[in-house]
Amino acid sequence: MQENIILAGVGGQGILSIAYVVDNAALDAGLQFKQAEVHGMSQRGGAVQSHLRYSDQPIHSDLIPLGRADMVLSVEPLEVLRYWHYLAPDGWVVTSVTPYVNIPDYPPIDDLLEELATFANLVLVDAGQVARAAGNMRAQNMVVLGAASNQIELTEDQLLKHVETLFLRKGEKVVEVNRRAFSFGRAVGGFYRGLNDRGVGPLEALALCRRLDPASIDPVHAEAWASFAAAEPNKLREILAGDGAIACDQVTALA
Amino acid sequence: MQRQLLLGDEAVGLGAVHAGLSGVYGYPGTPSTEIFEFVERYAKKVGNIHAFWSTNEKVAYEEALGMSWAGKRALVCMKHVGLNVAADAFMNSAITGTNGGLVVAVADDPGMHSSQNEQDSRYYAQFALIPCLEPHDQQECYDMMFDAFELSEALSTPVMIRLVTRIAHSRSAVVTVPEPRAQNDLEPNRDIKKWTLLPSNARVQYQHLTEKQPELLRQAEESRYNTLTLVGKKGVIVCGLAANYFYENVADDHDLSVLTLRHYPLPTAKIRTLVEHVDELLVLEDGYPLVESTIRGLFGLQNVTVKGRMTGELPRTGELNPDLVRSALGLAPLDTAREPQESIAGRPPSLCTGCPHTDTFKALNEALDTFDNPQVFSDIGCYTLAALPPLEAIHSCVAMGASIGMAAGAAHAGYSPAVAAIGDSTFSHGGITPLLSAVQQGVNLNVIVVDNSTVGMTGTQRSMSTGQTLDQIVLGTGIDPAHMRIIEPLPKNHDANVQVIREELSYQGPSVIIARRACLEAIKRHKVS
Repeated sequence: MQENIILAGVGGQGILSIAYVVDNAALDAGLQFKQAEVHGMSQRGGAVQSHLRYSDQPIHSDLIPLGRADMVLSVEPLEVLRYWHYLAPDGWVVTSVTPYVNIPDYPPIDDLLEELATFANLVLVDAGQVARAAGNMRAQNMVVLGAASNQIELTEDQLLKHVETLFLRKGEKVVEVNRRAFSFGRAVGGFYRGLNDRGVGPLEALALCRRLDPASIDPVHAEAWASFAAAEPNKLREILAGDGAIACDQVTALA
Repeated sequence: MQRQLLLGDEAVGLGAVHAGLSGVYGYPGTPSTEIFEFVERYAKKVGNIHAFWSTNEKVAYEEALGMSWAGKRALVCMKHVGLNVAADAFMNSAITGTNGGLVVAVADDPGMHSSQNEQDSRYYAQFALIPCLEPHDQQECYDMMFDAFELSEALSTPVMIRLVTRIAHSRSAVVTVPEPRAQNDLEPNRDIKKWTLLPSNARVQYQHLTEKQPELLRQAEESRYNTLTLVGKKGVIVCGLAANYFYENVADDHDLSVLTLRHYPLPTAKIRTLVEHVDELLVLEDGYPLVESTIRGLFGLQNVTVKGRMTGELPRTGELNPDLVRSALGLAPLDTAREPQESIAGRPPSLCTGCPHTDTFKALNEALDTFDNPQVFSDIGCYTLAALPPLEAIHSCVAMGASIGMAAGAAHAGYSPAVAAIGDSTFSHGGITPLLSAVQQGVNLNVIVVDNSTVGMTGTQRSMSTGQTLDQIVLGTGIDPAHMRIIEPLPKNHDANVQVIREELSYQGPSVIIARRACLEAIKRHKVS
């Protein structure tokens, strides 16, 4: 078993916090790991990336070879494109769609989403929305980690334990917000995949996730929503065009 | 067995502590900063280790040498270009020799992630005639510290640990010793002739140093870090970290003859054995082609083709990676490898929102707008980012403190206005002496010290000359107090600040403007005001 992950984002978004959680979970699991990161000049609002590898066998290179990443995990949608050439053909892209616009030539977000939607193994999550629901916009990194956690070979408990150790010194409230961000993210990621696996397109699945109350999202309802989407495409469009958060389990009433 | 999750830098720090360290010295510089910071945190918890940032690398080195003189183990850490600053003390400490173990950990930055050059510190070790260890993973970063201190005390020389960014800033699990070694006792070495490098003593000491060389060589030949495996007629020398990229690419049953090289001076006999065995030799080293050029010599080898960075198998510049090494080994690219997308909008680093430097440089830009294409000499720190759009306010960045010296030289040549911009910590590091020089010479220049109260770029370490200390140092150069002006860089003060800068630009003589407002990041982290 070997897992190669490129972590991506913008300086200040907490890429190294994601790395901390995964590194420590891998350490607890008795795995070998290496994780190369960027410090210094690159931190100040610039693009940052970290190569994270873990395995039950010795790992040689600190850097992932081209085309060998099992996942690009990004807290920012544009940053995915900077590293996609590292992605293996069957690799996953798990990314926030919340843009971080600090450059003048940031592409139109709809074009960017169209481009992201072409990846085969994909999880799109509005980390800004989910983090706000969890209680703090700064927890977007934990939302994306949660969304990715369904696709990586470490358990929810192994990861959550170190979400706790990471934020412990900042107090119980911060720990709770980040735990919640992780759990919401995990549920949204699972729900998104459930929709996508049942034929709901990437952007439609994203739109539906955004219409639901993040706290209510549960992957068990994915099947019902997917059936609803297939049976009642017009009703679904109406729902997506509406406003006010909908509870995920309302799908039973709709059907 | 305890496994700890450590950066390469942190493993060096912990290794030093467990090897009986009494003092850590340094000046912040990416990618070396975390060595010091790790020991500093440890010292805060446990005590009994001196850990206080120095004003610059030369001071740090000299303090470490003093600790060694007193019989205790000292670690001095810096980035590669920091060793240029410390070079005087470094070179001469090889001549004096040491007493307590003295290890200099230098972090090179191939690829220049955060540096002005990618100089290779192994040349410095060779130049000073001292041993150099080059770890290839985090465990070795830890283990080698024990070896380095032992070597230093056995040979009475400083020993270099050479890191590169990809090991300094890469994390892995490290197994540590159960019982740390105790610190050395205070036992000063009062051998005056050893420490007093009058020419008559220095000649003797230099002779001693050269006489140690066969022993240095013998140890490198026998080192467990330099291993030779003879198999096929194709040979590879893998130096330091390059081993990781090599083993990433070759199967277990490869038939290459391999020399791993992590302990210098170059083990001549081992290299000769390899060279005599193969008919083609590839050298993999992250940094300059030191080993490659030495083996090839001026005229090349008769029967062996030597390949590497100098022959195009690897790029001459930049850091290695698994894909470059794969290609150099003559292996086909991985079938999954793709080309990066080229049209993606770049996202360079930038000054933080609300950063005081932004307000200072906006005011400076406006104050200078009456001049034709004015150039501002600058220095090394966050404010170097003012070179980029939208500010584009500075036009040079060369070496720590160089802004003031270069502005003075330009003024000597008749250039006006000669403006230098430098941070408070860079000023204490390398700006005081050129300012003293300029003031004493009465040079017509304007120095803007952007005093944000911290070493911002490397993570808000303590600055040595900020606030009143800075003011007193500036006044102490003999400057006319009327031409030391203090401004507060805030948007609401913009017009007033432009006015102050204009007044000083029109003054014919040395002037210093201190733009004082604390770094927001430092306020957040340390709750300073």
